[in-house]
Formats: sequence, C-alpha cells, structure tokens
Amino acid sequence: MKNEWPLWEIFIRGQHGMSHRHVGSLHAPDAEMAIKNARDVYTRRNEGVSIWVVEARHIAATAPGDKGPLFEPSESKVYRHPTFFDIPEEVGHM
Amino acid sequence: MADNQQLFQFLLRMGDNTLILGHRVSEWCGHSPILEEDIALANTALDLIGQTQMWLELAGEVQGEGKSADDLAFLRDVWDFRNVLLTEVPNGDFGRTMMRQFLFDAWHSIMLGRLLKSSDSRIAEIAAKASKEVAYHLERSGDTVVGLGDGTEESHARMQEALDYLWPYVGEMFASDDIDAAMVQAGIAPDPAGLRDEYDALVGRFLTEATLTIPDNNWAHKGGRTGAMHTEHLGHLLTQMQWLQRAYPGASW
Repeated sequence: MKNEWPLWEIFIRGQHGMSHRHVGSLHAPDAEMAIKNARDVYTRRNEGVSIWVVEARHIAATAPGDKGPLFEPSESKVYRHPTFFDIPEEVGHM
Repeated sequence: MADNQQLFQFLLRMGDNTLILGHRVSEWCGHSPILEEDIALANTALDLIGQTQMWLELAGEVQGEGKSADDLAFLRDVWDFRNVLLTEVPNGDFGRTMMRQFLFDAWHSIMLGRLLKSSDSRIAEIAAKASKEVAYHLERSGDTVVGLGDGTEESHARMQEALDYLWPYVGEMFASDDIDAAMVQAGIAPDPAGLRDEYDALVGRFLTEATLTIPDNNWAHKGGRTGAMHTEHLGHLLTQMQWLQRAYPGASW
C-alpha cells in the first residue's frame, strides 16, 4: 500500500549485559517515532532497558531457497565442535 | 498553613484533570488510526488514570470524610469537578486529540516539575512518579504535533484548525485564585500564572517547528477549575464513565 508507513524491526535489550534481541516489527514514519512506538508496544511490561530499531528494508537476509547450500554442509562437520580436545582436570568447568 | 478545604480543592484540580483527560483519551481505545497509536494512546490514558488514583486518594484523605479515590471519581456530579475545560472537550479527529494532549502535557510537565519541590511530601512523591510519565507524554505528543503540523497540506490544515479551536482553552490553566494563593503561601504549589512564560516558550518552540500559527487572541474560556461552569460535554462524559457505579451502586470486580 502506498500510504503505509515503512516497516521497522525492533530489537530490545532485556537487561544490562544481555544482547539486543529481535522482538517483532511495527510501522512508523521515521526512526524517532519507531523508537517511541517500540517503547509503547514492546516495553509496557518492563521488558527492556534499551531499544534498537532498523528499517526492515535495510536488513539483508538469506533466501529460504538457499538453505541447502548454505547450511546443510555444516551438519556433517562434527569435528568443528570443540569436543575432541582432552581438557586437563585442573582447568575445571569451561 | 493552608486549610484542608483549600488543599482538597487543589488536589481535586490535579486529579480531575488527569481523570477526565484520561477518560477522554481512553475513548480512542480500538479506534485509533493505526495499531501503534492505539496502544500508545491507551498507555497514556492508563498513566493518567494511575495518577488520578494517587491524587484522588490523597484528596479523600485530606477531605476526611472517608471517601476513596473511586468514590470521588464515580460519585460526584458535574458541578463538583475541578478539571480545566481543555481536558473535557471532545476528542475531535486524531489531530485535535494530539493537539489537546500536547497543550495539556506542556502545562502538566512544567507544573509537576514545580510540585517536585512541594512542601507537602505526599504531593512531591506523586509528582516524582508522574513527572517521568508526563515527560514521555510530552515527547510523544510534541513530536506528533510537529510531524502532522509540518506534514501534508491536509494534516497541516487539520492541526492549525485544532490549535485555533483549542487555544481559547489554554488560558484557564494559568488562572490564579484564592486557593492558588493559599497553596503558594504554604509552599505547596506554584502560582499558575507564574508558569505562563515558560509554557509559551516551550509550546512556541514546538509549534514553530510544526509551522503552525498561534492565534493572536489570548481570550480564555474559564470555569472548569473553579467549578463555576463546565462545558456541556462533561455531563455526557460522566454518564459514560459513571453509569456502572450509578446503576449498580457498590459493584466491584
């Protein structure tokens, strides 16, 4: 629809030390209003201490059709997991 | 020391402003132009009703007749309300609602800023909680007024119309009377008239950015905060707001 405001993706940091997490999207005319709308839509129940907004069109994404070549090859590479090292006792829990 | 009756009146003025405006804003619930604004307006309404609860609870305490905030909100009639007329005028279109919100928020934020230093610690505490909410209300309504005022030809025209319609209701927020004088003397609250310059500067800044023209005339409708005369609209609002308590006295859930 040509009169529709652009779509913004909303990222909220739940508490200090945690990373911002994608929580959803909303419409807003500009970045400032997107932040305000995010505050009103996504933090009404004390969910966050920081908000990031990114206009959805600026996010480059993988194509669902490329799933095979992109992600399947790593399924069979167990040796990439650091589970084959002998950890000395004295190191303890890592 | 101001007498309790004067303090009671002052508290009603604060609490009735937030009650009536909160109810007006809540009328948008489910009707806003877009979902995001709908939630934002509902949040604002809830903030205002929450503040009402604090003001009217304290008012009931000061009055000393054992009345709760609910009693004062739902069992008084039009002539007992002390809100400024600005808060009771109908919503109009979304633009007028946001303009009314902005004109009130600007006064509210300045007033609460002063009340933080009230000699009455109960009032200072309410102001401390409310002023954070209101700082956000002002940011939101101010930016929306700028966005719509400096927007399309139609949005600009509607915002100018809203400002022309609402401006005569602004002056009442700065009218001082004996009750205000008593509050000033007791160090409880500022003289409303003394807030006008700061208000004009604040509002002027936003409205200039919004490319809107403040009407030349500072003539003001009055009667709400003294209770002398409300608009015809308040009675209609109360029939909506109070009907359940009136029809089923004492009903609770």
